[in-house]
Amino acid sequence: MKRLLIIAAIVVVAFAAAPWLGVGDYIIGVLTMICFYAVFAMSWDLLFGYAGEVNFGPSFLIGLGAYGAGLADADYSLPVPVCIAIGTLAAVIGGLVLAVPALRLRGPYFGLITLVAVLLLQDAIVIFAGTTGGEIGLSVPDFISSSATVNFYYAFGLMVIAGGVLMTVANSPFGLILQAAGQDPIEAQALGFNIVKHKVAAFVLSAFFSGLAGAFLVFYLGTASVNAMVDVAVGIQVIIAAVLGGRRTIIGSVLGAAFLIGAGEILRPIGQLSGFVVAALALLVILFIPNGLLGLLHERRA
Amino acid sequence: MLAVQILIDGFAISALYALGALGFTLIFGVSGVLNLSHGAILVTAAMVAWYVGTDIGLGAYLGAVAGIAAGVVTAFATYFIIVRPIQRSRAIANSERELFVLTGTLLWGVMLQIGLAYVFTSTPITVQPLVSGTVNILGVSTPWNEVFIAAVSWATLGGLWLLVNRTKVGKNLLAASINPRGLTLLGVELQYVHLVAWGIYGVLAGIAGVLLGGFLGTSSAYIPALTGTAFSIVVLGGLGSVSGTVFAAYVVGYLETLTAYLVDPSWRSIPALLLLVAVLYFRPQGLLGRR
Repeated sequence: MKRLLIIAAIVVVAFAAAPWLGVGDYIIGVLTMICFYAVFAMSWDLLFGYAGEVNFGPSFLIGLGAYGAGLADADYSLPVPVCIAIGTLAAVIGGLVLAVPALRLRGPYFGLITLVAVLLLQDAIVIFAGTTGGEIGLSVPDFISSSATVNFYYAFGLMVIAGGVLMTVANSPFGLILQAAGQDPIEAQALGFNIVKHKVAAFVLSAFFSGLAGAFLVFYLGTASVNAMVDVAVGIQVIIAAVLGGRRTIIGSVLGAAFLIGAGEILRPIGQLSGFVVAALALLVILFIPNGLLGLLHERRA
Repeated sequence: MLAVQILIDGFAISALYALGALGFTLIFGVSGVLNLSHGAILVTAAMVAWYVGTDIGLGAYLGAVAGIAAGVVTAFATYFIIVRPIQRSRAIANSERELFVLTGTLLWGVMLQIGLAYVFTSTPITVQPLVSGTVNILGVSTPWNEVFIAAVSWATLGGLWLLVNRTKVGKNLLAASINPRGLTLLGVELQYVHLVAWGIYGVLAGIAGVLLGGFLGTSSAYIPALTGTAFSIVVLGGLGSVSGTVFAAYVVGYLETLTAYLVDPSWRSIPALLLLVAVLYFRPQGLLGRR
């Protein structure tokens, strides 16, 4: 735990200092995307790492946040903070509607329901193209700031807050019960814990941060689109980031996201194959170091 | 006329769905593996069939053979590269193996998807059907290919039934799905049974993939939706239940065909997905599943 905090502190300082190191807007932009993906992956890790549930639909929650905020801005011209609140609320409500019945199911059934949720949301967006912009996407008229640095600090702040809250929750008694529920649900129940209630709470928390980050992402990119926020492939990227960094660490997701986005940029010259390489690396991590990069560090020293 | 058309189209697509989902349920039944790279294996078979048959131009028959072979090879690759190492890894706790198999096969599917788009093509392709021409069924002009697909699908289903119920190898498969420990106590090497299961799975997925590529056309981009459909059908019917899978394939196939004809083709997959969600909430073991 102490070691995780030290790593967290190093990461925070490194990110916060980046804009002063004279790097260009390009690097700032990459760092901003890393922050967004880190939030998505951290939220996912709370479910996968702690509750032992594999959610194939992180992009369902991200998409609800993004389109909730995007529609509020494009159709009703509400102020940006209100739009972000609406997007977050949409994700939380969507997460609740999904989680309450779905969490009665275990393992693969839960995973399938979350996957179906993504497919349905994707279908709905394409069918109601008149309102949502369909496959082209929905552009929003407003933005948070035109300065790359300011946008970066918003994303960075979001990452620090989400990371702080999620790490605190994960290491609280609540997090321990969640872990127990993931590892041995029957025993956890026998000890008198309502595991469904705990998992629903974890899912809602995960939905809150995914939706919030999704809503911010819309105003950063200037558009809400299926390709960037809802597609199954987006969910897979989030899963890759969390798995690479190390499950059950929360902070590992930041490293995973940095690796994912960084590798995507470095491998850009090889085009579509970059996705192949990143997926292969994630697979190697699963096969040989199932606890991820941070987990490896953790074990060696412990 | 529309009703007959829906009946015929629905029958063919449902038979194909049953065949496509059957391998998925077989592997789950025998070895407890949910293979999320299933859609990728189907499309690999279709792509290879198209490449050999049309792109190189060796004809539909050699193409189909090559496609089925590709299905078998990819199935074994999935088993040896992904599934077996995860099942044997000591670094993964037993309670978490299932999660890792799901995530591992998902990533493998992504690799296959990108690999196929890179090696072959990212645009949709159609495998040259083995039969051509049309036949008049109750006043509806139906492509022979649709009849052929339904016939091959049902013949394969029948073949599998005979294999499982009438041969020693098949009975071992059945035993492994009911009580693996009991089977090992009888002196049967479980590993060998799994190997046979993955081989059969490869053949089933190969045939299904080639037929699918000749019926609806295929593309690497369809892979996630294909995996989703197979997974949905299998869960709807009850994981591990073969009769349930066939029944659910017909429910899904007809629901999709009805929606496509009567509502709008873009709504095609929605009612089946909603039905799946409803069934999972009220009857998580599926329509014909056993607990």
